[in-house]
Amino acid sequence: MAENHTTATNKTVPYSTGDSKITDTTIAELRELAGRYPVARSALLPMLHLVQSVEGRITPEGIEACADVLGLTGAEVSAVATFYTMYKRRPVGDYHVGVCTNTLCAVMGGDLIFERLKQHLDVGNDETTEDGKITLEHLECNAACDYAPVMMVNWEFFDDMTPESATQLVDDLREGTEVKSPRGATICTWREAERVLAGFPDGRADEGPTGGKATLAGLRLARERNWTAPASNHSGGSPELRDTVSPEAASGPRPGDQPGKESGTGSPATPDSRKED
Amino acid sequence: MLTPVLSDNWDQIRSWQLASYQRSGGYDALKTALRMQPADVVTAVKDSGLRGRGGAGFPTGMKWSFIPQDNPNPKYLVVNADESEPGTCKDIPLMLASPHTLVEGVIISAYAIRASTAFIYVRGEVLHVVRRLQQAVEEAKAAGFIGTDILGTGYDLDVIVHAGAGAYICGEETALLDSLEGRRGQPRLRPPFPAVAGLYGCPTVINNVESIASVPAIINNGPDWFASMGTEKSKGMTLYSLSGHVTRPGQYEAPLGITLRQLLDLAGGVREGHTLKFWTPGGSSTPLLTGEHLDVPLDYEGVGAAGSMLGTKALQIFDDTTCVVRSVLRWTEFYKHESCGKCTPCREGTWWLVQILERMEAGKGSEEDLETLLDLSDNITGRSFCALADGATAPITSSIQHFKDEYLAHFTNGGCPFDPMASTLFATAGASA
Ligand SMILES: Cc1cc2nc3c(=O)[nH]c(=O)nc-3n(C[C@H](O)[C@H](O)[C@H](O)COP(=O)(O)O)c2cc1C
Ligand code: SF4
Ligand code: FES
Repeated sequence: MAENHTTATNKTVPYSTGDSKITDTTIAELRELAGRYPVARSALLPMLHLVQSVEGRITPEGIEACADVLGLTGAEVSAVATFYTMYKRRPVGDYHVGVCTNTLCAVMGGDLIFERLKQHLDVGNDETTEDGKITLEHLECNAACDYAPVMMVNWEFFDDMTPESATQLVDDLREGTEVKSPRGATICTWREAERVLAGFPDGRADEGPTGGKATLAGLRLARERNWTAPASNHSGGSPELRDTVSPEAASGPRPGDQPGKESGTGSPATPDSRKED
Repeated sequence: MLTPVLSDNWDQIRSWQLASYQRSGGYDALKTALRMQPADVVTAVKDSGLRGRGGAGFPTGMKWSFIPQDNPNPKYLVVNADESEPGTCKDIPLMLASPHTLVEGVIISAYAIRASTAFIYVRGEVLHVVRRLQQAVEEAKAAGFIGTDILGTGYDLDVIVHAGAGAYICGEETALLDSLEGRRGQPRLRPPFPAVAGLYGCPTVINNVESIASVPAIINNGPDWFASMGTEKSKGMTLYSLSGHVTRPGQYEAPLGITLRQLLDLAGGVREGHTLKFWTPGGSSTPLLTGEHLDVPLDYEGVGAAGSMLGTKALQIFDDTTCVVRSVLRWTEFYKHESCGKCTPCREGTWWLVQILERMEAGKGSEEDLETLLDLSDNITGRSFCALADGATAPITSSIQHFKDEYLAHFTNGGCPFDPMASTLFATAGASA
């Protein structure tokens, strides 16, 4: 299984392709990011995310732009960029497709899914399909182990995957079919995702549910069996204190049971789920 | 049995929005806290007995009290939302479902230590979580909970959501600070501790997401209420995450001290037709336990006495179809990949560990290799710069302790005796790769 962890290095990385897309607007946004922090250099990671959103990878021009804005040398910025796995020196496709192959997901099927996708897409780890659509990469634990085996598309969750659902997913992405994360938004491009990570919101936070089935597993059971935390008889607080574990909360509206079902489209909040003011 | 507090509003419509959060009592605790003296907020958290939920279990209130208030430099609060320890999956669903629980906790905690800027350092690989956090902070600003003169109290606070870029080591608190300063994420020498010289050399508190998210409930219901849950030295409720070969994996919020037997019972047991083989109590860096340990109280003391650590309460369940050698090799590859390279025992040692384990998994090892593995582990643990290296050796030494025969079986069998399909989620569906 060790070959999962090797990265194809036989393809040369273009140092500069001479078609950098960094404009004055980019520079202004880099400066804006630097201005958000008490010390400008703290913005370097977000700035590199912004470079990727503009350039599709970390380019020499992007490194120089960050260095200029922060008063660092290019070497200092490069040293940072090469430390973090999310920064890519090779161009990334429209969709970055990750398969978790850390132990739990691997055992639950992640290894087989990753093998299947390599064959199906005819690429190795960290390589991009010829049509430039998909970059495939194996991932370390993505903090979604209760949904193993887990895949990520442009850093959005895809839960409880199988080799079949995985190949269907990449086929849909390549064909341009609209794809939604079961616990996130409609999939945007990798560059658009990088812009959000840089700190420029895209207004999609309200898409998707509160959580999937596993997220709510314990809460569901507690509701069914009427289990709550102990009641508080705390008197030091504000008089309008609500009992955080009031039984009424149990009758509040719930999102659908199926992961991916929009919780926001259910019935409006019933009066008894509202707190008395 | 279960005590939903942090997860209590997760089934409310649009629980991530301010309006929904306030309908379930959100930001009441902030109003209460802002009427208290900051020092009294620290005392309340101390009295509650809350211990850090990021793995080490350090008392949160005590950590806050180390901030030298006579230091003229600005003070900072940094939330560790880097959640990357293999198996750990509690902070991410919390922030996705109810980012305001964290944001409210951030404002109260920052007020308690008199910080004027707080950072939420969230791992970059979770786009939708970043979106929800960004929106929650914007909503809180618009509502006057973040900004200048918060709720007319004269208290000013800025909160910055900061996305990382993929590095497990940045979860280590001092590496996180270097990363947040725009550098390679490598651990710093301690002392000085962050409370004295942290971010930009200023007094800094770093806490895990769940620790900070527990603060509003403590302020709302009182320290005694919190301490009424849990065990003598491990107070309160916490999120236990069950994953792997279990019927209903997911988040189960219970008082500290519940056992795996009880949790498995709630989660429908080990996958049908199979038996428990090994499990991690708190992520891959905590020594493996087995079926013998089903009745160990899952609190800091109980798991410690069983020879492991409570860690992040990430209960990864593996049944009898799982090869322990394959599992340990994969974790070791992870640590090798994530070693920051700063110190030799970890950088070189994890490389050698992988070499030997690969040979063993392929059935080409010998009993002598087992001795070498233990010897190497002994030379890495406690001799490295940070706890990543200790974590790297935990699965190795514990698996040899409990499953030596299985390592030997790889030699006699000339390779792995397990069918990788049998352990998958889709094994029963008859799918094949
Ligand atoms: C390699 C390594 C990775 C860590 N990753 C995390 C993490 O992702 N999240 C976290 O909260 N703590 C992590 N920690 C623990 C932190 O260093 C620190 O103890 C914790 O954030 C303190 O918060 P708490 O007292 O609220 O638990 C990690 C530690 C090490 C050694
Ligand atoms: S133990 Fe490993 S991760 Fe920690 S400082 Fe040393 S090389 Fe870096
Ligand atoms: S092991 Fe795959 S998400 Fe945790």
